[in-house]
Amino acid sequence: MASNDQIKELLKKDYKLGFETLVESDTFPKGLDETIIKAISKKKDEPEWLLEFRLKAYKKWLAMEEPTWAHLKYPKIDYQDIAYYSAPKKPIDSLDDVDPEILKTYEKLGIPLEEQKMLAGVAVDAVFDSVSVKTTFQDELEKLGIIFCSISEAAHKHPEILKKYLASVVGPADNYFASLNSAVFTDGSFVYIPPNVRCPMELSTYFRINALNTGQFERTLIIADKGSYVSYNEGCSAPSRDERQLHAAVVELIALDDAQIKYSTIQNWYPGDDEGRGGILNFVTKRGMCKGDNSKISWTQVETGSSLTWKYPSCILKGKNSVGEFYSVAISSHAQQADTGTKMVHLGENTKSTIISKGISAMQGVNAYRGLVKVGKKAKNARNVSECDSLLIGNRCKANTYPYHEIGNSSANIEHEATTSKISDEQLFYLNQRGISEEDAIAMIVNGFCKEVLKELPMEFAAEAKELLNISLEGSVG
Amino acid sequence: MNNEGFEMLNIKDLKVNINDKEILKGIDLDIKAGEVHVIMGQNGSGKSTLVKTISNHYDCEVTNGQMKYKEKDLLELDTSDRANEGIFLSFQNPIEVPGVNNSYFLKTALNEKRKYQKEQELDSMEFLKLTKDELGKFEIDKKLLQRDLNDGFSGGEKKRNELIQLLILKPDLIMLDEIDSGLDIDAIKTVANVINKLLEDKNRSLLMITHYDKLLSLIKADHVHILEDGKIIKSGDYSLAEEINEKGFKNETN
Repeated sequence: MASNDQIKELLKKDYKLGFETLVESDTFPKGLDETIIKAISKKKDEPEWLLEFRLKAYKKWLAMEEPTWAHLKYPKIDYQDIAYYSAPKKPIDSLDDVDPEILKTYEKLGIPLEEQKMLAGVAVDAVFDSVSVKTTFQDELEKLGIIFCSISEAAHKHPEILKKYLASVVGPADNYFASLNSAVFTDGSFVYIPPNVRCPMELSTYFRINALNTGQFERTLIIADKGSYVSYNEGCSAPSRDERQLHAAVVELIALDDAQIKYSTIQNWYPGDDEGRGGILNFVTKRGMCKGDNSKISWTQVETGSSLTWKYPSCILKGKNSVGEFYSVAISSHAQQADTGTKMVHLGENTKSTIISKGISAMQGVNAYRGLVKVGKKAKNARNVSECDSLLIGNRCKANTYPYHEIGNSSANIEHEATTSKISDEQLFYLNQRGISEEDAIAMIVNGFCKEVLKELPMEFAAEAKELLNISLEGSVG
Repeated sequence: MNNEGFEMLNIKDLKVNINDKEILKGIDLDIKAGEVHVIMGQNGSGKSTLVKTISNHYDCEVTNGQMKYKEKDLLELDTSDRANEGIFLSFQNPIEVPGVNNSYFLKTALNEKRKYQKEQELDSMEFLKLTKDELGKFEIDKKLLQRDLNDGFSGGEKKRNELIQLLILKPDLIMLDEIDSGLDIDAIKTVANVINKLLEDKNRSLLMITHYDKLLSLIKADHVHILEDGKIIKSGDYSLAEEINEKGFKNETN
């Protein structure tokens, strides 16, 4: 019987020979090289320029080294042990085939049955016809000239805009994971808001039915033209389960003069087992460019990472009077590790940034906040306010804060505040003695702790986020 | 009227440790519905430990004895259950809980009790009306409800907040741990007014720890107990309290 290594070698040999066969298949064999990339591009029927973009990024990636400075411990990633393309999962027949743990969580989160089906990948029936829902609201957006489609669709229908803005914020050589993403990105959202249009609804990935299957190397691009406004919601509180462990997404936001982009994320990666084995490794590059004068970009996120989260949504404040905001709640519980934070780069005059980061560590969770406030030489009158608070629940968890300031202009006004607190037994007893259970008491205190961030979330998302917080802390008592 | 004088609280030979040190060394105490009991004693005698134990404070380790509340075995009930059964402890130094809105906290507590007692929970509008009615009777400023729970409250405001909770939660066994300490005469009068109003319902009992005779002169005590070194050394009626205030504790030791 051939050994595993020998079989691997055989498999490698096989696909190297058959480009055409590759393109025919639903799932590529594991491994990465130029042939795979060409096949991905061909499968999507991409224009030449896009394939070149991928190949250039791939070459850059090969010359780079994986970063190791983060506070995280994870097993070495074998990039040849990943399949870089797989067709959308076949729909399951019913919720009966779904992991009961996941169903339990959907119920706790109050997700309506039809949505549960959609989230679980069940083939959607006529009652909640995904196609007609999508169509109705696509019509409304079309009337306003708003484009909301997948990157693949954009490559065909709106190549000029895509070409103009893709990688303009996160270049293909920006960092190790962004380079990898630029080479092998699968799909993602493309949003364009025309001048002076206020997008009338929350754009959400719920509405892109296949979104849940693009997972691994998602690429998102949102452009708000002059005077426009859009609020985009990513992810959902329902546990996202994926057997594929590595996720390296790239999100680029561009706001022109007087435009505003609000980007909200709720992420709850399915925890796998109690030791975090089988958990997701989440390496995301998210960056917003406040290109125009008076533009504004806000990042709001509530994250409970299953295993590892490495994520620093940033704002580049180029335009005069531009504003960047970062509101975050990160929970590390069980055996989770989070190394997150933000970068605010002040380049233009009179720019302002606000950072409010709330880290909650429970059980053996480790939370690290890493924030950079950079003020360029020509950035006159830059203002920054940062508040980084840590809440510890129990005695075995950790929180670390690493603020970095690089101030190149003396007119800058920078404020930084950091606090660490613990939920005290006395506080819990007080609430207990008024009839409130211990778990509800912790939820109350945690919600209070996260108030400032939660109020930045769009309403429905806020309700989900609160539930998510409560559930994530279950079992943290005692 | 049927329940007049039912057994509210029965404590037999209660011994309690704090950090492995014996603080209560055998307490016997019986409180009937409608009665007002006062505990007096020097600092360190175990007064706070007694009321904390009844409410199931985590520091208090019961090593011996029985506690029954309305015929129920208290040791079988956890902290929030005891609270929802109608036991309330007004703390000597109420802890601050920043980030938690006072009104939201109180509404949650009330609804937990109502849920436990199988009563209809109140929505925000109904709760608002309730607070307006109850607090209005005593001219207690509602502004405290808009702030975060005890966060940044002065000593007097914290005690006032305890009164607000009493008025809304309407417990059956009210335990006050030196609610009058640090209060001026007007504030003490307000405390007495609220307590006396609540005590008009004879299904309610009061167990009060206090030093000061001002409060005692405003709330009529049925029984006064002197606690010394973890044991009740003398019990009597109101005249015992007057004696203590005139002559001090030293006289009472055998």
